[in-house]
Order: sequence, then structure tokens, then C-alpha cells
Amino acid sequence: MTSERVLLGIEAVTKRFGSVTAVDAVSLDIRENEFFALLGPSGCGKTTLLRMLAGFETPNAGRILLDGRDISAVPPNRRPVNLMFQSYALFPHMSVRANIAYGLEMERLPSAEIRARTDAIMATTQLSAMADRRPDQLSGGQRQRVALARALVKRPRLLLLDEPLGALDKKLRGAMQLELKRLQHEVGITFIMVTHDQEEALVMADRIAVLRNGHLLQCGTPNEIYERPADRFVADFIGVTNFIAGRAAPGGVAASGGLLVRGARPEALADGADAWAAVRPERLALFPGPEADNRIAGTVETTAYHGLDLQVHVRTALATAPLLVRVTAEQAERRPVAPGDTVEVGWSAADTRIFAKD
Amino acid sequence: MAERSPATRRFLGVVLALVFAFLYIPIGVLVALSFNEGGMPTVWSGFSLKWYGSLATNGQILSAALNTLIVALVSTVIATALGTLLAIGVEIRRRKGKALEALIFAPMIIPDIVLAIALLSFFSMLNVTMGLHTIVLAHVVFNIAFVCAVVRARLKSFDWSVVEASTDLGAPALTTFRRITLPMIAPAVIAGALLAFTLSVDEFIIAFFTAGAGRASTTLPMQIYAMIRFGVTPELNALATLVIAVSVTALALSQRINRTIAP
Repeated sequence: MTSERVLLGIEAVTKRFGSVTAVDAVSLDIRENEFFALLGPSGCGKTTLLRMLAGFETPNAGRILLDGRDISAVPPNRRPVNLMFQSYALFPHMSVRANIAYGLEMERLPSAEIRARTDAIMATTQLSAMADRRPDQLSGGQRQRVALARALVKRPRLLLLDEPLGALDKKLRGAMQLELKRLQHEVGITFIMVTHDQEEALVMADRIAVLRNGHLLQCGTPNEIYERPADRFVADFIGVTNFIAGRAAPGGVAASGGLLVRGARPEALADGADAWAAVRPERLALFPGPEADNRIAGTVETTAYHGLDLQVHVRTALATAPLLVRVTAEQAERRPVAPGDTVEVGWSAADTRIFAKD
Repeated sequence: MAERSPATRRFLGVVLALVFAFLYIPIGVLVALSFNEGGMPTVWSGFSLKWYGSLATNGQILSAALNTLIVALVSTVIATALGTLLAIGVEIRRRKGKALEALIFAPMIIPDIVLAIALLSFFSMLNVTMGLHTIVLAHVVFNIAFVCAVVRARLKSFDWSVVEASTDLGAPALTTFRRITLPMIAPAVIAGALLAFTLSVDEFIIAFFTAGAGRASTTLPMQIYAMIRFGVTPELNALATLVIAVSVTALALSQRINRTIAP
């Protein structure tokens, strides 16, 4: 689906507001037909970056290239880029149809074409039945679809989405995640989405860029970001991770009590330097087989049933916080555990990630 | 807030009734007496509409009423256009952290008499021949501030992202203003215009100072003032009643429109 051709080049783009640097020398390549996510906590600069792509902010340094052409100085109304606003920003005094047709009227297209394209996008987004309603007569999900249709109908080279699902309730969000993906596939337009919700980014995006304090920390596929996070922040921000503090030692990290957590160390990390060993809860086993080269005895503190899995907190000598172990429901049925039980927790050295302490 | 005792509530009710009586009894008496048949302005002698009839044939009053209408309409149109633009400009600046609020409200706060003298000296300094046009300009000065205040109140809750959305969809600034911003703030603009019209219709001091010599540019309040020097006549009561009717209607309309504005 995604081609290798670069559609949008962001080259060392920096944006300062007074003494605050909101985006600091960020470089990214976004490919044709890609669903790309800018992910980070609030204040990380992702929205500022998006607004620069839309043209509402001008970078202080760096270039933004669309199809190889520098668009940094092109005003927003002349860019083949459309933005779906977080608040949707629908025109309250216009009907759904008028909202959607507005952008085409600005292109001075013949009215027959405007009508045809408006009808087509309303059919795609299941809005045909409410063409004559005003935005305040629509539900949150319907409003979201109008905002999407209004941007898509212009057939932009690039669609920017600012927290597209932020205003929806949880159930609807799940359905709309898939819906957005389906639509992106159908219309064949490159999407760049801003979100603070790591789960949303993992589910929807082809590639994710993780930002923090205006810096790009890591860019990669959801699998790369989840399985091989670049640093402790990314590991902590994406999904759930057990962290074990210690010092870098030959073969891994020496945790409290001199226990060695085995794992591959980054080359830059010198022996004795403060370090973190990190391991995902689903990589931990309660009754490890012989392949587990990391083993520690512990006591079950709490168990919590989540339907698909059982989350078990095990108190060990490794870390002050208990280790979180995710046991599948099937495993839990075979070998039940209860608070107070003495168990062994084990995992493979290959599943340990080691980071420098920042 | 603590629950009030019945006695306190009754006492407060009486105070409220007295305040309203104080405010509205004189106006009520004036309106009632405008329908009085007899010539004595303060003694009731039967219902009649004859004073309204005699108003309609009084040339001086009619020309003053026409002058007032011209001044009010023209100054309202100008002040509404300028006041609305001012409100938008100030709000955009405020959002960027640059305020100049106090300057805008000055014409609302400065006593009328001061503004009147200032405008009179200004016009004389420029050697402008005074007449209806100078009254219009003078009314524009204070009406801008009122229109601006009403429109700004609406802009405080205005979602500026729709303006960005319009730009994003390809609209130049002027198209965005005409098709998005203006329709969305229209109720406040109309409310501001009605308020300006009301203020202009019964404004006396500033008009009096900037009207220049001669009868040609006499407005209704000036005409009433001239007539009252010969005593309060039932005709005057009828005229005042009509002015009240116009003002109250415009004001009520303005508030009603303002209330329909989004929360």
C-alpha cells in the first residue's frame, strides 16, 4: 500500500515562541499514501509541527517540502494540504452539505461537479441522510465525519488530523479507528495524525514519530517502536513496561542486591554507569521454562482479571516496585495463582532492553 | 448562601417594589397623561388621542423627528461598520497579548458634556460648518464604543478555529469574513446597531453642542427641550411617549437578539 516515494520532507524544522522552542530541528520523511502518526504527551510540539504543515505557523528555521517544492512560505489557503481540526471547526450556520461544499466552492469548480463530489463523499462517510442538518443537530461521531468529509472532498495531497478521535467516547473511538483506516485506504490520501494516545497510534498508523519537548525521539513502525524503543521515555510512553534500576555490568544490568539482569547493552553504555533494564509484562513468565535466562523468586501481591489476560503483580528483590506479569487467561486456568503464593518470574535475555539513565 | 427568613424576604420585596415605583411611576404618569383630553398637563379629564393628532400636524416636530431619524440611521450604520471591525481587530490583538482596551471604552465613560465640548472645539478648530453632518459624526464617536462592546462580548466566546478552517479550505481573508465570521457574529452586530440607534435617538447634550446655529438641524430631544421652556404640554407628553416606545422597542429587540447568541 505505502510506496517508497517521499511525499513530504520535513528538514530540520524549528519553531520558537519567544524563549520557548516548541519544535527543535525535527526532520522526517513522510511517504506517499502513508498513515503517519505524530505521538507525544501534551506540549511535545506535535500540534505546532502539524500547524506548520497546514501553514498556520511559519518555521523559524528549516524547510518543508511537498513533492520536492518548498512550501514553508505558502499561505494555508494555497496549500494542497487540509487540516481536520480537533474541535472539528464546523461552520455552525451552514448545513452539512454546505459545510462540505465550501472548500470546493473556493476552488470555483462548476456547480455540477461540486454537487457530484459532495454527494459522493457524503455517501462514503455515511452522511447522505443528514445533508440538510446543521452541525448542532448532529452527534459527536457524525460531526467528526462531517469534518473529515469536508477536508477529504478537496482531495488534498496530504490530510492532517489533529487528535481526530479525541472528542469521542471510548466505544465510538474504537469503531472510528478502523473506519478512519478504511477511509484512508479507500481514498488513497496520505494522512498525518497528531495524537497523545499511544494505543491509537499503534492501531492506526503505518509509522509513528515519537516527540518530546520539541525533539524527535524515534520514528518507526508500530512494531519497531513497541519492541525496540529508543530510550526509556519511549519504552515508558508506549505500552506498559517493567523498569529495573541498576548499573551497567558485563552481560547486562546489576540490579539491587547484586542480581544480574541479562540483556544486550547499548555500546555507548560504560560499565558502572546508571542504567535501566526494561521488559514488557507479556514477556515475563510465571513458571518459566529452561529458555529463561533471567529468573527471580517473588511473592504474588495482587491479581487482576482483564478478560483476555490476568495481570499479576509480583514482589521481588529486583526492584522496589512489583513486577507486572501478564498471563494469558488460558495459562492462568492451567496454573492458577493467588495473592501470597511464592512464584518464580523468568524471561529471556533477548526480551530485556537496556537504557542509559537520563 | 443562607436561606432568608420570611420576614427578611418580605422586607426585601417591599424595597424592590419601592425602587421600581420610583423608577417607573413618573414614566407611567407621563404616558397616561399623553392620553388626557384636557389641556392641563397634570389634571385628568378623559381619554383622547387628540394630542397625537396635533403632533402629526406640527411642522416643527415633524422636521425634528425627521432629523433625528437621519442622524440615528446614518450614525448607526457608520458606527456599526467601524465598531464591528474595531471589535474584531482588538480581539485578534488581545489574543496575541496586546491590549488597548481602556482607550476603546473612553467614549462610553467620559461624561457627555465633556465629549460635547471637545467635539465642539474640534469642529470649530477645523472651521467645519456645523449641522446634521456634525451631529452624525459626533454620534458615531460614542456609538462605535457601544457597538464594539456588544460585538466583543460575542467574540469572547467565538471559536476562531472556524476562521482557520475556512482559510484551510482555500478561502481568502475577505471571503472568510463575508461567509463565516460575519454571519456567525451577525446577532451581536444587529444588537449593537439597535443599541446605537436607541442611544442616538434620545441623545441631547452632544447633539445640542454640535448642531450649530439655526433651526435646520434641530433634533427631537432639542425640540422637546425648546418646547418645555413654555411649560409641559400634553403634546409634549405624547411626543415623549412615542420616543419611549421607539427606544424600548429597539432595546428589547437588541436584548432579545443578544440572548439568542450562543452561550
